[in-house]
Amino acid sequence: MTDSLNNDLLKASSSSDDACGDSCGDSCVDSSNEDLVNPVEQFLRSDRVPHIWCPGCGIGTTVNSFARALIDSKIELGSLALVSGIGCTGRVAGYVKLDSFHTTHGRAIPFATGLKLANPKLNVVVYSGDGDLSAIGGNHLIHAARRNIDLKVICVNNLIYAMTGGQTAPTTPDHSTTSTNPYGVFEPSFNLPHLVEAAGAVYVARWTTYHVRQLSRSIAEAFNKKGFSFIEVISPCPTLYQRRNKMGDGLDAMKYYKEKSKVKHGCPTNEVGMTMTGEIIVGKFVDRERPDYQTMMRAQYQESLGDKFVDEPSVQEEPVCS
Amino acid sequence: MKADPKGVLTGTHFMDGDHACCEGALAAGCRFAAGYPITPSTEVVERFAARVPKVGGAFIQMEDELAASITLQGGVWAGAKAFTVTSGPGFSLMMEHIGYAAMTETPCVFVDVQRGGPSTGLPTLPAQADMMQAKWGSHGDYETIALCPNSPQECFDLTIKAFNLAEEYRVPVMFMMDEVVGHMTEKVVIPPADQIEVTPRKHTHKSVADYLPYGTNGDMVPEMAHAGDGYNFHVTGLTHDERGYPNMTLPVQDRMVRRLQNKILSAVDRITMTEEEQIEGADVVVVSYGITSRVAQRAIGLARDRGLRVGKLRLITAWPFPEKKIREIAKKVKAFVVPELNLGQMVREVERSAGGQAKVFAVSHAGGGVHNPDDILKVIVEASR
Repeated sequence: MTDSLNNDLLKASSSSDDACGDSCGDSCVDSSNEDLVNPVEQFLRSDRVPHIWCPGCGIGTTVNSFARALIDSKIELGSLALVSGIGCTGRVAGYVKLDSFHTTHGRAIPFATGLKLANPKLNVVVYSGDGDLSAIGGNHLIHAARRNIDLKVICVNNLIYAMTGGQTAPTTPDHSTTSTNPYGVFEPSFNLPHLVEAAGAVYVARWTTYHVRQLSRSIAEAFNKKGFSFIEVISPCPTLYQRRNKMGDGLDAMKYYKEKSKVKHGCPTNEVGMTMTGEIIVGKFVDRERPDYQTMMRAQYQESLGDKFVDEPSVQEEPVCS
Repeated sequence: MKADPKGVLTGTHFMDGDHACCEGALAAGCRFAAGYPITPSTEVVERFAARVPKVGGAFIQMEDELAASITLQGGVWAGAKAFTVTSGPGFSLMMEHIGYAAMTETPCVFVDVQRGGPSTGLPTLPAQADMMQAKWGSHGDYETIALCPNSPQECFDLTIKAFNLAEEYRVPVMFMMDEVVGHMTEKVVIPPADQIEVTPRKHTHKSVADYLPYGTNGDMVPEMAHAGDGYNFHVTGLTHDERGYPNMTLPVQDRMVRRLQNKILSAVDRITMTEEEQIEGADVVVVSYGITSRVAQRAIGLARDRGLRVGKLRLITAWPFPEKKIREIAKKVKAFVVPELNLGQMVREVERSAGGQAKVFAVSHAGGGVHNPDDILKVIVEASR
């Protein structure tokens, strides 16, 4: 399965003229070339491979889609920073060749807020898991959405706390079994798109790791959107979620995603809640305009202070050290 | 380098300690703060929120102290000088990110305007009961620096010093005020910018190929890069090697944790600041800090009026603790008297450093007010016998 996904990616790259960037020229679109260069490799810290993710895990697939989005959106890489929290997805920061910050559990969003506010020229991506972002970091998630901080949040939702051994997360579906709910989960789960839309996000989408190209497009689209963007990616955890719930391996997860996913762009987010084996509604649910935090802040200062407002960021152009 | 005049409110002011601390931060070049309201510290960020749009920079009020204490570190890695301000209950929540700052070597300042505890305690009344927390509050081994101002003027001067030390050693610096010092109003003289020395960020000039985010050149403090500089560097709270990559092996852990400690411990003499008075020939030395040092001054005066030979040692830095100085004094005096607004925190350090060579008397106070100078005097008299 993984191989065929990679082939899909490579086919996708050959269909795009500038997909490989300037560095690899035409050679990488020629599948007969023995020195085939994976177009996403330029974004990865190859010296950190092998990674820690399990066979069948979906996180690496999301990184592939993310890297594709970097190519497709032509975003300036020099100004891109990636911030992760703690957990399996939290390890993404360590594998991408960007300015990357592996922060504390749940606090990726406030750290990212500091980066963005101090230097508004940075494009800041938050890349973390469902437990990190919606449980321990849940307060930060809703407040960043409310403030409409210009952050691109990619939430890999594997429905479980995986790094610590498969405990119940706020996203774990009803009736599934976890190490901390050995007799079945009975507490209701969060519908994350609904939560962040209610809190104020301007862009909300959900895909699964089966939808690699749609995910890529959504990420690229979010890069061109100012304000709090949230992309949820449903991703398999064969080791700790599926195995305990007798749901098969990574390939079975792909089959499930393929069969049970329904693309419903614009679907009201209160209708996209997930169950253990039911339909997965995917698509772009929210795409709206609202001034972001820094735009509102500057406008307010301008209005209240007039000429006294010194419209300069915390970080100045000239180097701090001379 | 000299302070940027934009942030310096040169002149003679009548100002409380909280406001003076804010002006010190601005003079030091701080252009970013994240905070969460808590008595008796809020006035610092209230002033910052009013001042920073006229200077250039940003302030954000976060949803809690957990957020504030890491948001400021995002600001630092973007290239700003940054701080946050809190009191006991908030300081407890910030411990997570004091550890993160120590581990990632993020230069920043945490201001704690101490109030009575534990828990919600005495929100509007003073204490000095967070002194051990300032050193030991976050898990794991690490060293920090803690300063204790005893006047609004020092709230200004030492806040600049706190930022300078943070930059020089790449550590979180604890600025340990107390409710009285925060809320007392006195004369504060802010000098012209060209008389204020500020320490710039230890920014790397190495090429991308040569740069190691946690590599050192013998002085134990690595050079820093900022997000957007083009270095594609990695920062993690995991045990990491010189590249900043996670490496959870014993040799790397040992090397990293020892360096985090030794970069401070090897510079104790350069970092620590004390104020000394009549220690030569003294029988008893009163060791105090913060607001208690001013009450102790009165007690010392009363004791001298009675003909007692009393010296004064004021801790301007509480951490790292001036162990060597105490040990030397212990050889020459009968006793130390240590008044503080807690039930015995820094007195343990005095006792440890004295190593049994001089007696050590605590003058404890549970907080909520300051000592009666007579209570300190009584102990000085007893210690002089």
